[in-house]
Amino acid sequence: MGLERLLRLCLAVWVLTASTIGMGAEWTRPIRVGMTPAFLHDQHAMLAEWKLYLQNELKRPVVFVQRDSYQETMDLIHKGKLDFAWLCDYPYIALGRLVKILAVASYRQQPIYHSYLIVPSSDTHTRSILDLKGKVFAYAAPQSNTGYVVPRYQLRKAGVDANTFFRKTFFTWSHSKAIRAVASGLAQGAAIDSYVWDSLQKVDPKLVAKTRIVWTSEPFGFPPIVADHAVSKADFQAFQNALFRMKDDPAGRALLDKLNLDGFVEGTPSLYKGVTDMMRELGDL
Amino acid sequence: MLFNLSLRIKLPLLGAALILVTALALSTSFLYQTWEAVRRDTFKNLNDLGQTMSRALFPALLHDDIWRAYETVSLPFKDSESAQAESLIVLDAKRRVFASSHPEKHPVLSELASLGADFATLDRDIAAHPEDQILTVERDSATHLFIVIPIESDTIRLGSLIVSYDNAWIRQRFIEFIERAAWITLLILAVLLPINWYWGRRMVAPLQEVTDRLSQISGGEPPPLDPKLYPYNDEVGALYLAYGQLVEEMKEKIVLKREVVKHERMAAVGRLTASIAHEINNPLGGLLNAVSTLKRYGSADPLNQKTISLLERGLTQIKETVAALLVEAKITSRQLTPHDLEDVRVLVSPGAHAQNTRLLWKTALSAAVPLPSTPIRQLLINLTLNAIQAAGNDGQVEVNLHAGETELQIVVENDGEGLSPAVRERLFEPFAQVSEHGNGLGLWVCYQIVTQLDGSIRAESAGPLTRFVVTLPLSESSER
Repeated sequence: MGLERLLRLCLAVWVLTASTIGMGAEWTRPIRVGMTPAFLHDQHAMLAEWKLYLQNELKRPVVFVQRDSYQETMDLIHKGKLDFAWLCDYPYIALGRLVKILAVASYRQQPIYHSYLIVPSSDTHTRSILDLKGKVFAYAAPQSNTGYVVPRYQLRKAGVDANTFFRKTFFTWSHSKAIRAVASGLAQGAAIDSYVWDSLQKVDPKLVAKTRIVWTSEPFGFPPIVADHAVSKADFQAFQNALFRMKDDPAGRALLDKLNLDGFVEGTPSLYKGVTDMMRELGDL
Repeated sequence: MLFNLSLRIKLPLLGAALILVTALALSTSFLYQTWEAVRRDTFKNLNDLGQTMSRALFPALLHDDIWRAYETVSLPFKDSESAQAESLIVLDAKRRVFASSHPEKHPVLSELASLGADFATLDRDIAAHPEDQILTVERDSATHLFIVIPIESDTIRLGSLIVSYDNAWIRQRFIEFIERAAWITLLILAVLLPINWYWGRRMVAPLQEVTDRLSQISGGEPPPLDPKLYPYNDEVGALYLAYGQLVEEMKEKIVLKREVVKHERMAAVGRLTASIAHEINNPLGGLLNAVSTLKRYGSADPLNQKTISLLERGLTQIKETVAALLVEAKITSRQLTPHDLEDVRVLVSPGAHAQNTRLLWKTALSAAVPLPSTPIRQLLINLTLNAIQAAGNDGQVEVNLHAGETELQIVVENDGEGLSPAVRERLFEPFAQVSEHGNGLGLWVCYQIVTQLDGSIRAESAGPLTRFVVTLPLSESSER
């Protein structure tokens, strides 16, 4: 009797110790995911839910590293401080071999989005970006495809110097803030991510109603979620699967609804050829 | 006209006027202070807001970051209702709009002077103002007040922050204060005015009581005023006391006046009676002598004898009556001794026994007193017999005689029927006929004796008791 009891106790102690050590080891290696203004990254409640969801799926702690500029997130990748990151097209292309595509969001059944040229809704006569000569123009960020590359490329195509065409330009460092700049009348025009504008229409329809879409660009590959080149194959697979599975899971679906996305799909570098071409044309590559 | 109103209305009116004046004065002073405080607060808030913002705006201007400047100045307007300022405008060094909390009203890069008359004036003011100082612009004509705060660091000025405030807001805040103050004042008045009205009535009501009674005084005896109606020690209380004294004095005077009148009447009756009695007495002696002679020496005719005898009895009765009227108390007589009192008791006791009246004889005289015994004996007999008669069957009579240092007091009381007011009025007059017995001269005689001995006699009715009190001075005067 006494011996049996002692054995049981020993077994219990061993199990407890092992599990504690195991968990401790996992907590020392969280998955670090960089979040950028490529999507609605300022919806903090949604992000917290998503983090919990991913932790549950991966059985590992997940850390979202939020930065307001692509440049800062790019710096973190350069320094090897991130495992994954949701970037805009421009940073992805600029980072080159440092990253590879993990997944692309599917938006309206396609992994693509557009650039919108928006003006205040009170401005009813503007038809193209060329009508905004001498106006105040808001760019999203210097590393934004839809918010910086596209409008400058348009001007370039029209043979206009983007540096002198507008009277004044400034960066808002996020698409939703660019929308707010136009809505408030601070800027008389802005180029923004179609996905953000569409999504914001659900979250803050009053704000969006103060802007008007003047022009829609050709489609571009949706901002990709990338993996650092140093990420292990296992982690890559695990995270990719977690994202792909979201659309098949009720909790995942709910999150996707909040993100205003259909799900995550596989992406290829060829999706971003159009952006690469524009960047070459503008001399950014 | 106003001054003729009743105090009942005037006092509350006066109180109400005072309350209103006080409320107005306080409100005015309070409102003035509030106005100043609201203005001061507003200025301070705007200044604080501007100073804080200007520091945050320096890097935005330095980095030419319009968005950051906009985000900074639009922060206070997130909840548009609670905004302290109407708008915040960031100017660059050339006084062009760099960013504004309301970009639609103040577009980016527009000249300040182009934004309207107020701003054009402000533009000149800023140009004329020292670079490194805060400028406050407040004109009565302008709809806005402005605070211009330099955006500078380390003596380098990159631009200015204009805090614009709508003057109407100060007035609106002030009006809100006034409304609140007015409600509070009305509430206080609603409490104070009824209290004031009640207090006024309370003050006047006791005065009214006095007035009502004073107006009745001329009709005769003043009506009494219960001092419990106003038990306080103030001026009205003093008035009540004074009124009470006045009433007492008037009553005494009336009583005294009656006494005097009665006394004079009694004296007149006495003189008349005495002179008539003397006039009768003189011939009466002769008549009696003549009858006596006739009786002795006249014819023995039985009819004559019978007539003479009739005459003699009639004349004798006249003599007795006249003798009774001619009370002579001051005749020389020996002093009153305890034996005299005992004699009187023996004399009156049979009468009392006859009708089963209890006679309480409480005389305490240890030695002779300097009073003539004969009239006192008569006095005592008269009073006691009257009392026994009044007490009736199974009644009680108490006789008290007490000699003090200076006076002798005799109290005779019975528990028979009391004296009616009509009887009391003519009590001591001759032939007043107090009872159906006697000739009505008993009390008259008593009165004459007492008066001649410089004493006093009075009748009192106390419940079922009727009491005669005689006070006689003991002095050498009785020896005269």
